[in-house]
This record gives sequence, C-alpha cells and structure tokens, in this order.
Amino acid sequence: MGIHLLVDFGSTYTKITAIDLDKECIVGTSKAMTTVKTNVLEGFDLALEKLTVSYPEVSDITGVSACSSAAGGLKMAAIGLVEELTVEAAKRACLGAGALVNLVFSHHLSRKEIKQLKNADIDIILLAGGTDGGNKECILHNAKKLRDANLGVPIIIAGNKDASDEIEEMFEDSDQEYYIVDNVMPKLKKLQVKEAKDVIRQIFITKIIEAKGIKKAEEKTGEIIMPTPEAVLNAAELLAKGYEDEEGFGELMVIDIGGATTDVHTIGEGFPKRSEVILKGLQEPFAKRTVEGDLGMRYSANALLSLVSPYEFKQYYEYDSDIESAANKRHENVDYLPDTDEEVAFDKALARICCDYSMSRHVGHVEVVYTPLGNMYYQTGKDLTDIKYVIGTGGVLINNADAKDILKEVNKKSNKKLELRPTDPTILIDRNYILSAMGLLGQKYPKLALKLMKEHLV
Amino acid sequence: MSTVVIGVIGADVHAVGNKIIEHVLTEHGFNVVNIGVLSSQEDFINAAIETSAGAILVSSLYGHGEIDCKYMRENCQEAGLNNIKLYVGGNIVVGKQAFKEVEQRFKKMGFDRVYPPGTNIEDAVRHLREDLGE
Repeated sequence: MGIHLLVDFGSTYTKITAIDLDKECIVGTSKAMTTVKTNVLEGFDLALEKLTVSYPEVSDITGVSACSSAAGGLKMAAIGLVEELTVEAAKRACLGAGALVNLVFSHHLSRKEIKQLKNADIDIILLAGGTDGGNKECILHNAKKLRDANLGVPIIIAGNKDASDEIEEMFEDSDQEYYIVDNVMPKLKKLQVKEAKDVIRQIFITKIIEAKGIKKAEEKTGEIIMPTPEAVLNAAELLAKGYEDEEGFGELMVIDIGGATTDVHTIGEGFPKRSEVILKGLQEPFAKRTVEGDLGMRYSANALLSLVSPYEFKQYYEYDSDIESAANKRHENVDYLPDTDEEVAFDKALARICCDYSMSRHVGHVEVVYTPLGNMYYQTGKDLTDIKYVIGTGGVLINNADAKDILKEVNKKSNKKLELRPTDPTILIDRNYILSAMGLLGQKYPKLALKLMKEHLV
Repeated sequence: MSTVVIGVIGADVHAVGNKIIEHVLTEHGFNVVNIGVLSSQEDFINAAIETSAGAILVSSLYGHGEIDCKYMRENCQEAGLNNIKLYVGGNIVVGKQAFKEVEQRFKKMGFDRVYPPGTNIEDAVRHLREDLGE
C-alpha cells in the first residue's frame, strides 16, 4: 500500500499531507509558497523535499491526490430568472461545487451586464431559468446574448429543458464551449444540482487548472480532482454520515475563516422542529456551503469594518487604537502576522465578527405570522439549532489559542432571536489542517479518512 | 397542458380546500403548481414567472382576502405578467356581504373570476378552459 500524498495548491501555500496507508496514520505535513507565477512544480518540489527531510519514512509513494484553490480559486457567474428561485438554485450549484460566485444576474441580461461579464475575471458561467415546462423565453434571450457576446468562457446551461434543443442549435455553429445539463430547479422550489456540479468539476479539472498554470503539477501529482472548498465539503459530509460500520458525528458545521472569505458548510436537513413552523423558499441542499466575500481577516478586513459600527466593534475589542488603520494594514499586507497583544486582540475581534456575521447569513430565520388560529412561523433556510458539532478550520483559527472562544460566536444570541443558530454545540478545531486532505483521501479510502478525522479533530 | 399556480394567500392556514383544488385540477389535466398556505402575492407571482403559468388561483378562507389581494393585478403587471388570468375564491371578505357587490369589487381590482363560498371546482375548470383557450 505505502504512502499516499494529499496536496492542496492554495492561494498562498502548497500543502502536502502524507498518509501511511498500512499503519493508517498521518505521517506528517509540510508546506511551501505556491509558485503559480513561475512554475507551480517549484513550490510542490520544495514542499516535498521538506517533507522527506523531516520524515525520511516518506519514500514509497504509491499515490497522490490534489485539490486547488490557487490563482483565486474557481470563479463563476450565476444567471437565472427570479432572484429567489432559479438564480438562487444556480448560486447553490456553484457554491456546492466549490466555486466563488462573483457575478449574479436575474431576468433578461442587459448590455451593461454583458459588459460586466466581459470585464470580470470569470472561469465558468452557469445559466439557469424556468422550471421544466415553464418559462423559456428568458433563458433563450440570455443564451442568445451570451452567444453573441462571445466571451470565450465555458457556459453550463441548466434551465428549462424545453429550451435546451433551441439553445443547442444556437450554440452548435458557434465557437462557444457549452454543456447542457439537468435543470437546477426542475419543479418550483425543488433543487437538483448534482449534474451541474459534476460538470463544473469536470471543466475545472480539464480546463481551469490549465488556464491557471496549475496543470503542470499533474505530471507529478496525477489529476487535480477538485477545488479545495469542495474537498472540505466532502470531508464534512463523510464525517457527518459515517461510512459502513464506522459511525459518523451526525449533523455538523464547518467554519473556515480565511484571509479573503469566510466559508460555512453545514451537513444536515435543517427541517422545522415544531409543527407551527412552515417552511418557505427554495429547497435547501443537504450539504450546504455559503461563502462570505466581505468577511475575512486580511484582504477583506476593510470590507468587514464597513459592516459594523465603531460602537459594535468595541464590543469585541477593548483597546483604544485606531481601528481603521489596523484594518488597512491587514488589507494591504495580506501576509501580516500580529506581533503585539493589541494586534492579537484585533485579529481575534475580526475573527469573532466573521464568525458571528457569517452565521447570521448561513442559518435559517423564522418570522412570526399572526393568524386567526394563533401565532404561526415562517422558516426560511435551515434550522440548525440542534447541530451537535462545530468544527473550525483555516489558518486563523487553527493557530489561535482562543479558537474555541472565537467559535462560540456561532451560538444563539439574545439580540438575534429569530436566527436558527446552534445552541451550545461541541466545538472542535482542525489543528493539523487536515480537512481538505481528508476530503481528497475520502474519495478512495473513505473509512481511513473518517478514522483520521475522528482522531485529529480536537 | 396549461400550468396554473394555486395557493392560500396571507396569514391563512386553511390547507384542506387547497389540497382538494390541487387534486381536482390535476385530474382534469392541468399542470398544478401548488405553493401551499401562508403565501404572499410575491410567492404567487414568482412561481407564475418561473413556471410560465396561464392563471393564478388565489384561495382565502379567513376573511382578510380583500386586504391580501390588494394591488395584485398591478404587481403582476409590474413583474411582466401582463396576460395572466387571476381567479379568487373562498370567504374572501369580512362578514356576510352581498356576493354581487363583492364580485364587482374584486373585478375592479383586476380579478377575472371571483367565486363565492360553496362553488364547485368544476366550474373553475370550465372557466379555465375557456380563458386559457383549451
């Protein structure tokens, strides 16, 4: 069996985790700067060298799997008809596939929006609109606009199936690369994103990796099989569900506070827990991921500050130093490491706000309706009050002594009563940063990946 | 096959009639999109846009239908649903009022068909066939 290497080409670091398949343990990890601009193999070789020096037993390498979020990750545009319906379904397909959704459009695309698409650095466009048998006029209009714009970006069409033949005829004679897949919302409020997600991954593997200069790595690593966020989501799902006789943790949540974004993943149905609650809105995916582009510790520190009032920030931060300049310093210098107590406290404040705000946006909400039969409640989104485990990952959290304290922000709050947040879950930290690696390992060795996660999340 | 959106508007949770309407319309060959109870005008309109529905059938049993249905026609027009048929039925006003007057008021609000309590759903089926040209 030998040693299996799991590689993560991140935006800053290339990380390698070595697994001994016979002894069923993690041998060791190493990292080096990612070198996308020159040759991505340089960074990989350096990390591998470091690994073999510290762990000489890493010699008999029998397999390698890799994921990547380098060069900005996977960037997508989601287009649909009604904002709360097919637009939202398209967004969820993108997020579930590990992408960042940079542009979102509803109804008929305008020239202005086509211009935005042209100017934005987008890797894939997902075009939805209409239920099967429903509206097809809008998706036909948008498909034509996109064809005429000739953006040179792959387009996935995941809308009303009644329109797919006409769209195919439209694209057949053009140079446009296109894929026609199952409708992301075949019936009202029903979510069906699997095929769209699969095609996103397939395009990522065959095209995007090359465009971002990461393809070279495949000489040594074998196929890069998925974007890193998808690996994390897969790891979370495996850990929740369990595998064969190895039991899982049940419903859980993973929070990844990064420099630019905060990702929240939950595994669980999140159905209403009481009979007087009525579920509203689009069906929720069992494994749900949301990404907050304005909540981050470095690049997004500025954006974060514009969300909270100075008064609110003071609730998290006791020093009198200038908040704005501290945030700017982080925005401009994304590799910044805090060196004084004050700066450490500032980072902690940022992390707590990331955690609190991302939770408000991720969890479901209830709204009271006063009816002649008494109070009833609408629930939009997932009820996560019974989530048992919250797992923290990402550079900020795993190296922070106060990580568990920071993650307590997920809990129910007296001033946010209508949010269906967890109530005192067990908090675990991904101290060795293995979640994405375990998502990769789980593709081939699910049982081992599950066992290692149970051992290493503390 | 025509698509119709049905549901119960406002803070009204009467679910039984809603299920019966779904059942009968489906039996008669309509593609029924049922958005259920506690639905807002926006829910009806969004569903009609995505499914390209020919008609919206609004039910209301708790007496506040008149308030809940206010400006529904205007909101449809605002959302680009220019030719959609709007039907309403149930106990749609407060107390006992002469149905003729009630019907007139709702027609003035832009509803194409208005039904008093105790209407047979088959009547609506006939009207739908007429109005949607089947």
